[in-house]
Amino acid sequence: MRLFIRHITRYAFDTPASHGLQQLRKTPKSTHHQQVLHWRTDLEGSKKELGFEDHHNNIVELISFEREARDVVIVSEGEVEIGDNHGIVGRHIGPAPLWLYQRPTDRTWTGPGCRALIRKVTGETELDRLHALREVIAGAISFEIGASLSDWSAEDAVAAGRGVCQDHTHVFLACAREMGFPARYVSGYLMLDDRVEQDATHAWAEAHVDGLGWVGFDVSNGISPDMRYVRVATGLDYGEAAPVTGLTIGGGGERLSVQIEVAQQ
Amino acid sequence: MDLPSASGSNHGMSDTVKFDEMWGRDGMLRAPYERFQGWFEGEDPKSLRAKQREAEELFRLTGITFNVYGRAEAEERLIPFDIIPRIISGREWQRLSRGIDQRVRAINAFLHDIYHRQEIVRAGRIPQEMIARNVAFLPHMIGVAPPGGIYTHIVGIDLVRTNDDDFFVLEDNARTPSGVSYMLENRETMLQMFPELFSRNRVQPVQNYPRKLRQSLAACAPAGSEGRPCVAVLTPGIYNSAYFEHAFLADQMGVELVEGHDLRVVDGRVAMRTTRGYKPIDVLYRRVDDDFLDPLNFNPDSTLGVPGIMDVYRAGGITIANAPGTGIADDKAIYSYMPEIVEFYTGERPILKNVPTWRCSEPEALAYVLEHLDELVVKEVHGSGGYGMLIGPAATRKDLAAFRRKLKARPGHYIAQPTLSLSTVPIFTNKGLAPRHVDLRPFVLVSPEGISITPGGLTRVALKKGSLVVNSSQGGGTKDTWVLED
Repeated sequence: MRLFIRHITRYAFDTPASHGLQQLRKTPKSTHHQQVLHWRTDLEGSKKELGFEDHHNNIVELISFEREARDVVIVSEGEVEIGDNHGIVGRHIGPAPLWLYQRPTDRTWTGPGCRALIRKVTGETELDRLHALREVIAGAISFEIGASLSDWSAEDAVAAGRGVCQDHTHVFLACAREMGFPARYVSGYLMLDDRVEQDATHAWAEAHVDGLGWVGFDVSNGISPDMRYVRVATGLDYGEAAPVTGLTIGGGGERLSVQIEVAQQ
Repeated sequence: MDLPSASGSNHGMSDTVKFDEMWGRDGMLRAPYERFQGWFEGEDPKSLRAKQREAEELFRLTGITFNVYGRAEAEERLIPFDIIPRIISGREWQRLSRGIDQRVRAINAFLHDIYHRQEIVRAGRIPQEMIARNVAFLPHMIGVAPPGGIYTHIVGIDLVRTNDDDFFVLEDNARTPSGVSYMLENRETMLQMFPELFSRNRVQPVQNYPRKLRQSLAACAPAGSEGRPCVAVLTPGIYNSAYFEHAFLADQMGVELVEGHDLRVVDGRVAMRTTRGYKPIDVLYRRVDDDFLDPLNFNPDSTLGVPGIMDVYRAGGITIANAPGTGIADDKAIYSYMPEIVEFYTGERPILKNVPTWRCSEPEALAYVLEHLDELVVKEVHGSGGYGMLIGPAATRKDLAAFRRKLKARPGHYIAQPTLSLSTVPIFTNKGLAPRHVDLRPFVLVSPEGISITPGGLTRVALKKGSLVVNSSQGGGTKDTWVLED
């Protein structure tokens, strides 16, 4: 399946920013079942400083705001060809060692909330248990847009019983790691069948299963990713895979707006 | 300023026969001290006392000079200086420097391996958990190729001596070792006070250290940099206890001393503000810890670092010396694997000895440590500066009981070592020469052009009789360290 994606991030400042730097992780990766046909990033009110590939094989671009910028617009767009992989991404590729994905983070530590969920997980095989985990989490945390804060940890989301895809993913990561699986956060795009305009980027989890490699789990939609899912960035949690990580000096009254289109070509 | 401690130098009280570097074990003058002793005997103690006071005055003046940059904390920054040099023969030094060279090569190879394929873990020579659970492991360094392949550009190896032939490494300092300014000041002072001593003894020079440091750093510039590499020293600022050393080294090297707010990312490089606009930096000798280096990538609250410097580094636009993440090599739990590390990467037997170390994370080791607690020194794995450690022989019964509980609760946080009988070197007192315990921190420079070890290093001395604590905050002082041309 061939998907066209346009992702526009716009920052508007009432008073101009004196200095700003942003790390972008907005370029999809070419991996086993996903081929980036073409991709470009256009900037307004800012310029590209450099680019590199990080330890999760994410393509990272560092941009800086132009002097006195009031509007910073980042337009990422391109086409991606996706093969059906039935949710299986495949074997682990370095440079990061697999054990790195078993490290808990500030957003994915396990407390009583996550451990209670793990106790409900049953299943014969590793794969069965991971699917069961996905269902347990979906049952315990209802999907509600705007119900959570972006810095919530997995435990926060379990305690609240509500959250968005980011929270579902964090809970899955915390539990899967506690169960002994290497697991990682995926930020990306999902083509919803009934529309072109999306509300936000999507997030799901991947766990590493011996013999299969990395397998995707989308708690929020109750499935494993298929051809409609575009993998953009991965990391131990949202903080490492976020599309934009920034630091602004000055710049009062910041307003962020995001516009995302995903369409089948 | 309290010099960073070779925390292991606080090695309990030992009542076995001491090895004195001047008088040996039996009171026979050792060869390296022969010429010095000849001179000393001919000196009038009264005039030497006057010289000692003069030396202290000289240091106070220098201290004030250093302090121009800082606030009025001059007393705190004055570390007592003793006029009796510590003397090492050229032959002794040769062997020692071969050992240091070997160890530093191994540390660099280890760092490269740990941030790439981790062959040493695959080979089963170091357990995976030692790396995986280690807070000093910096994931941002995975797969990064530092310019010239160098991770530790400046290393301080803390050594103690127990007899004629045996030197032990107490600690490897692979992050930002300090104290080199004292080494230079001590020599400067001795040259001024006792020029005649240096005509009687052929002492290998240390004064070229700043020039060598600059050369070594410049040789590590990123591949793309053009012309004479721009080197700068990054300091946390005047409130840092080692600020004067940062200023001193920048001044001696003839490079800029900068703080985080002087730098920013410009055209894909880290550049410093100058009167003629921004100037890109090729090599940054940073004296700011990893966590504070880059608020965009590490601690977001840090105001001491440069946002985005890690991105520039990963894109190959700057050399950071020492590289981020080098702490994994001087971690105290990793220390216990140093003999394996040296063998694995150099294919040679380690020349320098490691102090035998019990890792309390291992049940058998823990059992031994709990049983022999009153004979051992117990240290926190991630501690430094001697904090949170137990010196068994000097501890009260209550201390021991409290530590036993700590060990049982979190065994993985501790290692234990035997108490060593540290060598002594005489200091000058009102009653003449008196032996005091010493340690040694040689300074090592690493670049693609090779490894350069300054002959000698910083000798710290416990000024109190019988004390093994050389920390300046606890009555420690320093001495000039001589390596003779044989």
